[in-house]
Amino acid sequence: MGYGIKLHVWGDYACFTRPEMKVERVSYDVMTPSAARGILEAIHWKPAIRWVVDQIQVLNEIRFENIRRNEIENKIPISAIKNTMNGKNAVLEQVVTEERQQRATMMLKKPAYVIHAHFNITGSAGPEDTPEKHYNIFLRRARQGQCFHRPYLGCREFAAQFSLLESGDQSPSYYSGSGERDLGWILHDIDFSNGMTPHFFRATMRDGYIDVPDLTERK
Amino acid sequence: MSANIQEEIVTTSKQPALSKKVEFSLFFEVRNGNPNGDPDAGNMPRIDPETGYGIVTDVCLKRKVRNFIELTRAGEEGFNIYVTEGGVLNEQHRRAYRAVRPHNADSKELKPKDAEEAALLTEWMCNNFFDIRTFGAVMTTKVNTGQVRGPVQFTFARSIDPIFAQEVTITRQAVTQEGVDKDREMGRKHVIPYALYRMDGYISAYLAEKTGFTDGDLEILLEALRNLFEHDRSAARGQMAVRKLVVFEHSSKLGNAPAHRLFDLVKVRKTVEGPVRSFEDYSFEVDKDNTPDGVRLIELE
Repeated sequence: MGYGIKLHVWGDYACFTRPEMKVERVSYDVMTPSAARGILEAIHWKPAIRWVVDQIQVLNEIRFENIRRNEIENKIPISAIKNTMNGKNAVLEQVVTEERQQRATMMLKKPAYVIHAHFNITGSAGPEDTPEKHYNIFLRRARQGQCFHRPYLGCREFAAQFSLLESGDQSPSYYSGSGERDLGWILHDIDFSNGMTPHFFRATMRDGYIDVPDLTERK
Repeated sequence: MSANIQEEIVTTSKQPALSKKVEFSLFFEVRNGNPNGDPDAGNMPRIDPETGYGIVTDVCLKRKVRNFIELTRAGEEGFNIYVTEGGVLNEQHRRAYRAVRPHNADSKELKPKDAEEAALLTEWMCNNFFDIRTFGAVMTTKVNTGQVRGPVQFTFARSIDPIFAQEVTITRQAVTQEGVDKDREMGRKHVIPYALYRMDGYISAYLAEKTGFTDGDLEILLEALRNLFEHDRSAARGQMAVRKLVVFEHSSKLGNAPAHRLFDLVKVRKTVEGPVRSFEDYSFEVDKDNTPDGVRLIELE
């Protein structure tokens, strides 16, 4: 925990899709730890480190908006690519007029959060992978607005802006002093080492803060 | 094995991938038209119900980019469009690819592991399809590499000011069904008298490396953005035009300044009292003097 960071992230919209309502996407009330990890990894990540989200602070009021879009119903079939690569006749294009699906998204409006996180050194770390090094790379990138790819709030069309919160910076939350609010079971993260098993936790927001339990601790 | 694949990748891609982080702001106007209908609201223009600002979705603008490329680069190698609007069956072209890259056909040799083969398939799709190279695609496979994230990221476009959607009732001097006892039918059109929209976008140099999106592809994308509506005329759209494209080009792959600070350099204000009805009613302030070091600001009209 010696190398904790605080990152302020915000955007116009967000959709942290609930897995039980993903056909017509409905967002969770707040950012999930896995989405927060994705944002941190968009700024700096190496196989030598693993980000652990400790706390998420909700800054703005939780508000929703609905949008319906035309989407495509299928993914690209691998067999068709193989066939065309082998010179066989196969249709590769997706024709939108034939494969159209209209899907709604219940998204969050004007979301803003502070992500409190730290990282652990993993087994893939080499001798040159010191925590100091990765900590400083992250700080430098976050201060200068540098990123590997643009982080996003759940979906790529909801781009996230970010800035590093230096220690001492205080960010007022809409929910300061509002007491406890139960957010129900929300996705913690997906365990990729164990056949993509999703892990959930009971999220409670206290005065705008959500404490995130350590996934490894629970096992 | 992997050296073999590497070699192939090098020989099939013509140029090195994009070497800089890029952001852009696109400003487009609509006059007496509907830029993007809302299927939830009977095809009225999309609107933020709380504030009245207009919205055009990311996918709507991506569609226009695809259409532009399909129209202007039809049949060119490497510029196929995966998600097409009509059934364009250019199977003959496809077969030609086999002749161009005969080593791709020996796929039996390239099947030792799933991950490598998936990487090869992705690579091939990226080389052939402009939209996959640009926006990414999901290809069904058990291996995760079948999913490519494109370097170019669009966001929702929002209007500069609240929009006013007008309903126009129109008539037709003919009827659809036979034997109906009337001589004309009525229809409805939703139009915005005038609105200016802004869309901010992002291009990651690192993801460009993964899909093989080159400097040349960036030029083509910018060309598509500047001419986005020139070949997308229809009764519903009215007069739409791109008015300004501001490109922020960093001098490094990681970027030299936070994106939100760059977007803040471009400010648009309306200069008239009351409703806006033309582009002249807006003033652009591009704060070039405060462009951070290492960022090149390019204004395209």
